[in-house]
Amino acid sequence: MKTLDRNGRHPVRLTLNGMPEEGFAEPRMLLTDFLRHEIGATGTHVACEHGVCGACTVRIDSKAVRACLTLAVQADGAVIETIEGLSEADGSFGPLQRAFHENFALQCGFCTPGFLMSLSDYLERNPDPTVEEIKIALSGNICRCTGYHEIINASLDAARALRERRQQD
Amino acid sequence: MKPAPFDYVRAESVDEAVAVLAEHGDEARVLAGGQSLMPMLNMRLVRPEILVDISGLPELAHIEAEGDAVTIGASITQGELADWPELETALPAVAAALPHVGHFQTRNRGTVCGSICHADPSSELPLCLALLGGEVELHSARGVRTVPADEFQQGVLTTAKEPDELVARTRLPKAQDGERFAFLEFQHRHGDFAVVAVAARRAGDSVSLAVGGVADRPEVCHWSALPGDAVDDALNDLAWALGGGDDIHATARHRRQLVRHLGKQAIDATAAVGAGA
Amino acid sequence: MPDFAIPEDVRPEDGHVGRRVPRIEDRSLLRGEGGFVDDVPVKKGTLHAAFVRSPHAHAEITAIDASAALAMPGVFAVVTGADMATETDPMIVGFENPIDYYGLAVDKVRYVGEPVVAVAATDRYRAEDAADLIKVTYSVLPAVVDPVAACAPDAPKLHPRSDSNCVSKRHFVHGEPDTAFAEAECTTELTIRYPRNSITPMETYAAVVEANSETGGFDVLSNFQGPFSVHTVMALALRLRTAALRHRSPKNSGGSFGSKLVIFPYIVVLCVLARKARRPVKWIEDRLEHLSASSVAPNRVTRVEAAYTKDGTVTGLRLTHWDDHGAYLRAPMPAPIYRMHGVSTNGYFIRHLEVTNHIVMTNKCPTGAVRGFGGPQLYFAVERMMQRVAVLTGQDPLDVIRKNLISAEQFPYKAVAGSLLDSGDYRRTVEEAVGQGDLAALKTRRDAARAEGRLYGIGYAACVEPSQSNMGYISTVKTGLERERAGPKDGAVASVTVAVDALGSVNVIGDSVPQGQGHQTALAQIVADRLGLTPDDVVVSLDTDTAKDGWSIAAGNYSCRFAPASASAAHQAATRVREKMARIAAANLNVPVAEVDFTDGKIHAANNPDNAIPFYRIGGLAHWSPSSLPDDVEPGIRETAMWNAPELTPTNAKDEINTSLAYGFGFDFCGVEVDPATGVVTVDSYVSAHDCGTILNPGLAEGQIRGSWASAYGATFLEEFCYEDDGTFRSGTFAEYLVPTAAELPEIRLVHPTPHPSPYTRLGAKGIAEGNQYTTPVCVANAVADALGIEDIQLPLKPAKVLEWIATEEPPPSAAVVPDGEAGEPGRPTIDGSGEMQVPAPPEQVWAMLLDPERMARIVPGCERLEAAGESGFTGTVVLGAGPVRGRFEARIDLTDLEAPRRARLVGAADGPLGSSRGEGAFELVEQDGGTLVRYRYSVELSGKVAAVGGRMVRGAARHLIDRFLRGLIREAGGEDGPAPSGGLSGRIRRLVGGKA
Repeated sequence: MKTLDRNGRHPVRLTLNGMPEEGFAEPRMLLTDFLRHEIGATGTHVACEHGVCGACTVRIDSKAVRACLTLAVQADGAVIETIEGLSEADGSFGPLQRAFHENFALQCGFCTPGFLMSLSDYLERNPDPTVEEIKIALSGNICRCTGYHEIINASLDAARALRERRQQD
Repeated sequence: MKPAPFDYVRAESVDEAVAVLAEHGDEARVLAGGQSLMPMLNMRLVRPEILVDISGLPELAHIEAEGDAVTIGASITQGELADWPELETALPAVAAALPHVGHFQTRNRGTVCGSICHADPSSELPLCLALLGGEVELHSARGVRTVPADEFQQGVLTTAKEPDELVARTRLPKAQDGERFAFLEFQHRHGDFAVVAVAARRAGDSVSLAVGGVADRPEVCHWSALPGDAVDDALNDLAWALGGGDDIHATARHRRQLVRHLGKQAIDATAAVGAGA
Repeated sequence: MPDFAIPEDVRPEDGHVGRRVPRIEDRSLLRGEGGFVDDVPVKKGTLHAAFVRSPHAHAEITAIDASAALAMPGVFAVVTGADMATETDPMIVGFENPIDYYGLAVDKVRYVGEPVVAVAATDRYRAEDAADLIKVTYSVLPAVVDPVAACAPDAPKLHPRSDSNCVSKRHFVHGEPDTAFAEAECTTELTIRYPRNSITPMETYAAVVEANSETGGFDVLSNFQGPFSVHTVMALALRLRTAALRHRSPKNSGGSFGSKLVIFPYIVVLCVLARKARRPVKWIEDRLEHLSASSVAPNRVTRVEAAYTKDGTVTGLRLTHWDDHGAYLRAPMPAPIYRMHGVSTNGYFIRHLEVTNHIVMTNKCPTGAVRGFGGPQLYFAVERMMQRVAVLTGQDPLDVIRKNLISAEQFPYKAVAGSLLDSGDYRRTVEEAVGQGDLAALKTRRDAARAEGRLYGIGYAACVEPSQSNMGYISTVKTGLERERAGPKDGAVASVTVAVDALGSVNVIGDSVPQGQGHQTALAQIVADRLGLTPDDVVVSLDTDTAKDGWSIAAGNYSCRFAPASASAAHQAATRVREKMARIAAANLNVPVAEVDFTDGKIHAANNPDNAIPFYRIGGLAHWSPSSLPDDVEPGIRETAMWNAPELTPTNAKDEINTSLAYGFGFDFCGVEVDPATGVVTVDSYVSAHDCGTILNPGLAEGQIRGSWASAYGATFLEEFCYEDDGTFRSGTFAEYLVPTAAELPEIRLVHPTPHPSPYTRLGAKGIAEGNQYTTPVCVANAVADALGIEDIQLPLKPAKVLEWIATEEPPPSAAVVPDGEAGEPGRPTIDGSGEMQVPAPPEQVWAMLLDPERMARIVPGCERLEAAGESGFTGTVVLGAGPVRGRFEARIDLTDLEAPRRARLVGAADGPLGSSRGEGAFELVEQDGGTLVRYRYSVELSGKVAAVGGRMVRGAARHLIDRFLRGLIREAGGEDGPAPSGGLSGRIRRLVGGKA
């Protein structure tokens, strides 16, 4: 058992979108701040810091979670996926990004990373969701620009594209 | 909105965790899923000297159905319980309640025991614990004790857990043959804390109804017999007895109305053929 | 597959305008490569700011002690209101007023959350640590939160230099309203109360500030949205030449909906903080700060009176507004009410109007711009009145709307208060909505529902949608004389620059400061069309820099400015580039300039496409070979348009003002059902039609309508900033201030009516972003009024409130139940209770215990220290809370009205980082069975952080503390530590069912 002293900056090593990353964090540093300001992965956004809005959603060990409700030191050794990892290997849009683009499913784009990472987990669990299921799945993400309609349509399109890709694989 | 400073321990066993609690007592806080604790830390409503992280502790990462009860370890997340294949038959009330607990992203991390330990009067899992008359297993350097639901949950965010104790497990009685359950809640938005939540159980003639969101903790009413024509009056009295106040989300009157309305629906649902388990 | 409601509509002269061109912005945003303020790297050594904020609605600041914070390692500077008052001037507002506003509280705090001290430290965590160590002492004052009550002569007064909390009152008479009312066949009146809300952008305020020793001023990076007239306000407050305040905005802003206008007072404070700290300072507002203290739309009380004929023709309107702006006015407040002045009669042919505007200060968060900007409040009053007139004349509300709408042949129509409605056919839009939206089917649904006894209603609402504000309208708050003294104010200048470089690449910059609306894409479309290119050939950069860009006071993103103004400026700048390139090309092509055309990257003879020169060649000539250019053509290609519309004239002597340039029109109808069992209002069907003239990009336009629908749904059903009567703030988190999510938002059916382009904008485009803010709240309210047959509808439609409107009697409890004494008495203090209990000691002993600090220290839960203070009082330190939520409070309790050993009153106060509490209570000691029966009552107010974020639970938590106190009293008297004295709920429930547990 190791105690991490409050005043110390402790090494945190994790895998971010397939790449090893290392930085330092005080015990109280939130994972959001660690990703954004220690590693420089600013794709994950912070909008409420109390777990309601979903903007900071990332995948930790494949599960979509609130990065603002996670301490950086808890993520030591974890595999983290964020919006920066959603593109294809050649840099082109992946299925989720393409679906959002084609449906005008983002405006300011601040909440978008959270929606994408929520869906990236959810559509693996439920590859062929109904509209009602998508609405419930996305109820933990707030968007203030769109009317959600566009995001729901994008989710359906992304689910379809991901299903087709799985069939091809 | 950043936490005040604290030391951090990732416990590798229950013994280690309770040793830290024994040393620091009330100045320590246990971090499991953190879905209740972390917002309070971020808002500096809670300022522990030391955090004891028990998330993922293998000793506590189990769901066991033995005999008449299901035992759920403290690092089991709400999402893991929802995915447990036996949930629907063993704990139908919990199965019905879990989709209302936050959102799938918070259930991915939030634990069952953490929610019970947090003792929010509007939470779904403490409501299930109360309805089912489950119990909570508390570990400390002094030993292990088991506290029944009615004694464990005391008030707003307040439980029988002593500062040096760790909620290691909760045990919920399995549904018995012939028992029927229902769970309903009224919330302004999906995933919000319930304005009023009810969970009902019928076993033969007897009916139990647990109500959350009204009093300072979930309260359970048991009727040894509740004929259909007596339900409305019984629920009306219960609604008035529970009290409840006004806040920005609802009024006392609205809460009484919801107790009557949801209570009736839930009790009727347990009477319906084919309802519940 | 994508599912869009608005079709593409490309005009012959355009290639890309009118098409659903995918957004350029997505390329970075969808990859996590956006450039928001917090993404921009800062200099090493940049400090982070945090604020100490008021827990009180109204209090005098008696002392500020920052010594402990300043002694903390990593803390560089602290700024207080006193510093601001010394180093800056009050921030000006558009009219003479009695408010000195410095961004930090000076002498007094006037709302919960008001910034009192700013502190800069090495990181945000440490800055918050430091803020916790700063001790501010207050003397609490009575507060006022209701705008009508605040105007009473005896109301608590916020600002010492004013006689009244009503800091501006203006009375307008347009036409002959007195005659219209005197001669009217019928008159009626209605009072509406429109709530406080905002649209809470996902990205909060963000700024990085650095002192600039070259200019003596500051370099600022922030997500300020404009209007840039406010740049002047900041510079004047900082006593700077305006050029010495360099403001940059980054390329992305995470939504604003108006709110980021009023980040500017924070920028002024941060400048002072950076100067003091001698380092750059960064501040990212957190969500608690945003919800309690950023910006909200003014709540408003309006008394609306109508004069009308028996057939429902409205002949006159009187509007008396009490517009609640909270604690301070910040420029351009009180703009919302004046922005709508010209369209006070909405889209109706009403020629007699009287308007009285009270601008009122209350102990709440100050106001700012919120999408809709004064429209939701105004149209709620007017459209509720149209529904009332229909009810009172026994007509279908739709017929009353139709009857009163302006006719197509009347355009351009000058409304009685001055708006020049540019184009439209309102009745046609209504008929298209009714037809395509299938109102007939909805009526059938309503009739079927009603036949089953269900509560079902239909509502309608029409709105004129103003876009591109006249910068002069705010002067209408002044009298004609004051306006004359100040000089004319009018117009609304928009700036876009188009440049072509030596290889023919096109750069566009502009002053539109987008927050997600897709301006880059739309400008690329417009410029590409003018130059015969594709949007991909055009690079649009909309980050701004006041030191380098073309801008004027109207720059920014607000009041639907983009589609009329920025699009026109882009069109104008691109046209100038086109004309210049055509002149250069004409010489090369040997054709007259008028015969030069631009297609597919080529410049060619219009009637002979083979006679062509590549676009880039002309760019090359302009830069590489000035000598080859025609004599009167300057080298280089860079054209800046400063576009303005001559229709935007100043307020005239009759107080008439054309408040905006282009006016769209919207019409909605909906069907709602009210569940009498829960009070829930469900939108069964919602149809919305908006004529916004030329649509630049239907993907972007539809996004604006759908987004407005979502936020308007929030305003209608969920969103409200709640304050107690004493000013306690209740909506401090996203779990208290409820924003709709995908799960709540009903489908909206969009009807695309025939567009009526504006004759005054270059592309015919009008704004589209605000329409549903105007229509939806009142459309739904009208439907609820129809369903329930009631007049007074107050938003948001919280089920608890709606339940009260459904006139049903609540069944009383049976004799077996004694209701909880706390249940359901509205308007009570936060926490109160009463009870009695038996203490095993005679009254004299109990009395002595209550006056003995040592024994009280054992009785009071969480007491760390308690000392006698004065004759019958205590001071001490207590740790209070519920479960893990605990804080240290400095407490003082005084016993008054002592009648030993029988009764006394207690008055107490406790202050700590979690909040501030004031309470009073009384007890009576009655000798009984050798012991004492203690009868008690208490009421406690709690304000500050815990009240704002934990309102759901404070009552229960307080009850628990009182129980612990009472148990302590019994224990101290030698009794058993039994069950909670007042916690007999389980017992009550057991008794209900005949003693069975």
